[in-house]
Amino acid sequence: MTLTARDIAEITRLLEDSSFDELELEIDGLKIHLRRGGGNGVRPHFPPEVRAAAPVEVEKRGQAPFPPPAPPAAAHDPALTPVRAPLLGTYYRAPKPGAPPFVEAGARVEPDTVIGIIEVMKLMNAVRAGTRGVVREIRARDATLVEYGEILLLVDARGTG
Amino acid sequence: MSIQRILVANRGEIAMRILRTCRKLGVEAVLAVSEADRDSLPARLATRAICIGPAHPSQSYLKPDTLVQAALGTGCDAVHPGYGFLSERAAFAKLCEQHGLVFIGPTSDQLATAGDKLAARAMAADVRVPLAPGGDVQSRDAVHELARRIGTPLLVKAAGGGGGRGMKLVERIENLDAALELAAAEAGAAFGDARVYLERFVARARHVEVQVLGDGAGNVVHLGERDCSVQRRYQKIVEETPAPGLAPELRSQLHSAAMRFAARLRYRGAGTVEFLVDAARGEYYFLEMNARIQVEHPVTEAVCGVDIVAAQIAIASGEGLRLVRGEAWCEGCAIECRINAEDPARDFAPSPGVVRSARWPAGEGIRVDTHIEAGARVPPYYDSLLGKIIAHGRDRAQALARLRAAVAMTRIEGVTTNLDLHARILSDPAFLNGGVDTGYLARLLEQRVPAAVVHG
Repeated sequence: MTLTARDIAEITRLLEDSSFDELELEIDGLKIHLRRGGGNGVRPHFPPEVRAAAPVEVEKRGQAPFPPPAPPAAAHDPALTPVRAPLLGTYYRAPKPGAPPFVEAGARVEPDTVIGIIEVMKLMNAVRAGTRGVVREIRARDATLVEYGEILLLVDARGTG
Repeated sequence: MSIQRILVANRGEIAMRILRTCRKLGVEAVLAVSEADRDSLPARLATRAICIGPAHPSQSYLKPDTLVQAALGTGCDAVHPGYGFLSERAAFAKLCEQHGLVFIGPTSDQLATAGDKLAARAMAADVRVPLAPGGDVQSRDAVHELARRIGTPLLVKAAGGGGGRGMKLVERIENLDAALELAAAEAGAAFGDARVYLERFVARARHVEVQVLGDGAGNVVHLGERDCSVQRRYQKIVEETPAPGLAPELRSQLHSAAMRFAARLRYRGAGTVEFLVDAARGEYYFLEMNARIQVEHPVTEAVCGVDIVAAQIAIASGEGLRLVRGEAWCEGCAIECRINAEDPARDFAPSPGVVRSARWPAGEGIRVDTHIEAGARVPPYYDSLLGKIIAHGRDRAQALARLRAAVAMTRIEGVTTNLDLHARILSDPAFLNGGVDTGYLARLLEQRVPAAVVHG
């Protein structure tokens, strides 16, 4: 598919009429990045490769709008216990494709219950709950890359002694 | 093949350096971070940062499988290893190659050859690059015969080592056996390769290295030399280009020797050929090749106007030496100070902690490469490099004046730094005179320190 100038004008108009400030679109390797109002300070900027005359107070630099990486900031009920990825890799919820998941929301887990597999370069690592309780929410999606420390699921460990 | 997205497998100032060029080229950069670097400045400047493991490098930055998985899982087509960590591990380059990732550096075979100091010595000899007298350790009888021929003092070096690691100085021949045993044991533990060799210890030598770029097809260019003689226990702290007071004849011999060595390897990417130079005698000896970008690359960039990281990426993309052909180069002089979080008063003990405030210098001809800003953490797990201040001038005197002023206006609070030591070196008559040898800093440190300067 190819984009014409008219398409881009149309996309720009749609952005203008929308409530969004920024649009990133990628089609067949062609990437369009549209931003309202010149995009000042949208990203943290590099300290200038200084050739200027005055000292730069690095400490005054604006706050970076990029969130730090995992564990995702997504809030969770502090009463729940997160089970985090013990290593980076591809997370699988089931022992093999098509098989039922190791655990679903509502399942009871013991500390040594296997709740998933993380694959690193064809090496399968069983992930255990590490806590006792009832699974309340599955966070990580099946067959996706999870970072070290990313929350895989949340367990309600209250009242389980 | 054009590179679209690079996994940066490093941290600190070199991660910042690579991200800066990626931004300039419009290439996306995914930064692999350990748990300790999640909130670092480079993590926030990358297109995306991905946490690869706990703080300790053995569980994050040194895990080839995890880094390759991170690159594949985030859709990267290339990996930039920076320096240190996995940058010169042939097995890592190979793993990248096997998974269709472009390793931004030499081939795994070239890394293996450059990393094996005995193989590198043999290759240097093959292209008539002078070697310090020395050789392989075969049998017990042969080694004593070899040692007698070399004479003392001599060095026992690890074949799998480099950068001064796993090295023993033997001043008297009766200590040779003990040194061999110790060196072999240390080398085996540190590099998984217990082979050692002997080399004459060249006293009062200068450390001069030549920056080369190769296209992997046998074409090689050099970008001049750097003098890195200001070192403490083989750790460089001040570097400059050109090497001061080197006879033009000797300088061009060094350049040509480096090119012959790199061409013999059909070297791909950026690399540095290191030499020991006895300027008084007009002699030089091959030390080793560093098959990666080096900490001190900015002084070369300052005088020759080549973005070496961009050149690495272009070469890895198969564009050859396009970026360096026909560039006007070698204008003036550039000097770099490495600012480390370490305490010279306590035998250079690392000084990790949280940086309360950071004021880096700016000005005509001044460049700063750093990842440190107020609030930055300096974790105890990694090297203590906070940043580099580079001054460029039309001549050495101007570069020195600019660097002195820049160092004086730098303020880092919260961690102890070697800034005062830099101020001292930059005002020391021997350094100002130029052409100091590698023993210079040790001698300077033995002198009584002038009245202590107290910072609040």
